[in-house]
Amino acid sequence: MRRPRRASREADRLPGGPPWVLLAPALLGLAFLVLPLLGLLVRAPWSTLGTRLLQAQVMEALRLSLLTATLATGLCLLLGVPLAWTLARVRFPGVRLVRALVTVPLVLPPVVGGVALLLVLGRRGLVGGWLDRAFGLTFPFTTAGVVLAEAFVAMPFLVISVEGALRAADLRYEEAAATLGAGRWTVFRRVTLPLVAPGVAAGAILCWARALGEFGATITFAGNFPGRTQTMPLAVYLALETDPQAAIVLSLVLLAVSVAVLAALRDRWVGGAR
Amino acid sequence: MKRTAAVAALSLTVLAGCGDVAGEGSSGTGRAGDGATLTVFAAASLTEAFTSLGKTFESAHPGVRVRFQFGGSSTLAQQITQGAPADVFAAASPATMKTVTAAGDASGPPRVFTRNRLVIAVPKGDPGKVAKVGDLGRPGLKVVLCAVQVPCGAAAETALAAAGVKVEPVSREKDVKAVLTKVGLGEADAGLVYRTDVKAAGGRVAGIGFPEAAKAINDYPIVEVARAPHSALAREFIRLVVGEQGRSVLSRAGFEGP
Repeated sequence: MRRPRRASREADRLPGGPPWVLLAPALLGLAFLVLPLLGLLVRAPWSTLGTRLLQAQVMEALRLSLLTATLATGLCLLLGVPLAWTLARVRFPGVRLVRALVTVPLVLPPVVGGVALLLVLGRRGLVGGWLDRAFGLTFPFTTAGVVLAEAFVAMPFLVISVEGALRAADLRYEEAAATLGAGRWTVFRRVTLPLVAPGVAAGAILCWARALGEFGATITFAGNFPGRTQTMPLAVYLALETDPQAAIVLSLVLLAVSVAVLAALRDRWVGGAR
Repeated sequence: MKRTAAVAALSLTVLAGCGDVAGEGSSGTGRAGDGATLTVFAAASLTEAFTSLGKTFESAHPGVRVRFQFGGSSTLAQQITQGAPADVFAAASPATMKTVTAAGDASGPPRVFTRNRLVIAVPKGDPGKVAKVGDLGRPGLKVVLCAVQVPCGAAAETALAAAGVKVEPVSREKDVKAVLTKVGLGEADAGLVYRTDVKAAGGRVAGIGFPEAAKAINDYPIVEVARAPHSALAREFIRLVVGEQGRSVLSRAGFEGP
């Protein structure tokens, strides 16, 4: 996979470099995105960083964030890959509408998503009410609720990415496998999935990163309690109320984790999808 | 290279221009009179009362617009110390006001203009069968409180300590309106909110008073922000709030006299 990519990259390069007219706004755009992050680094209380990081509440929030983002990504993979496959490969009436609905959480204010989740999966909700009566199962104020809120907001990232990969994949491999006698499930498992693996990986990483940063839906649906529902973004928000220095430290941790994962995994797994 | 610099400079000018528009556009969008916009930062619990007082102020000052930013007092205080262009700041507690005064961002000493007390809010029908403050400690009861970082959370700690009730909340919400939402939707069986919030919520929640709330009454201070863009208007608005008219609007909303 690597060699042809590099070759095509060389071909893309323009003689004489890019025009200044494009480069100047590009640099300005880059500065706009990166400067706020640098601001965090500059204003960070480096001398007390160590002791602040080791506070139990910080570690608890970080642990919970990593756990819930990973579980949410798992849930999204389990449900999102089949959903993406259906959208890409099955012809059915209203497919455009379904595709639009799937991407709604991308543009919906997360707080609205949280309210919607409460109305459906809350203790008095349409589905939640029944779950509570039948099994004594409630989601608000639980870690499971955090996972659901994060999955709701992050799943579109996975679905879009996987659907795109499926559409770009060459159908002939699947057809060949089918002609050779493989069943549909075998074709999906042995041919389709490996073909779109980079797209799935890219989607999963985006999904994970989005889940890690989720705030609005989480605090609305799952509430805020240290060790149970207080993830890093919630801890940052509440720290800002009284102790901006602590908020900066927490933000730095979140930033470091996100950048590290995005950078480390992008080159490794996502390269082929570009 | 020269051209880069020129483009960059141009872009920066454009950006700076945008900033100006955002900052002053609201104060001069072709209105009659002097077209000034008075910016008031106020605690979320003051939303209903101050919106009404803002209308009164606007009709008494033709051409002047009052713009409110309602939110958690602590957030607003942080924003002011970070240079937000506010004229007036009304906080839900002296502690949050102190953030602003200590940073030298108040033009004088703040004035306490009203008080608010906590009540127990329960969903319509009181499914958790909460009748008194002691019930809040019952195991299995889902209680939500404000985070201790915000005034309603600090007051809740004080009141519950005074009542000698140990409460293990299921969540510590970011502001009092969030507590009200969770109780209103029936997700929580009870929460501690201000008396004014229950009043503003209409019939969605019921309020249960308790004597220990008197130990945790919140004073609301108001102050003119230092370097206020519209200092004279700021002082007049404060005069309206602390005056007869302000007092009657606030008491109708469920606040108590200073």
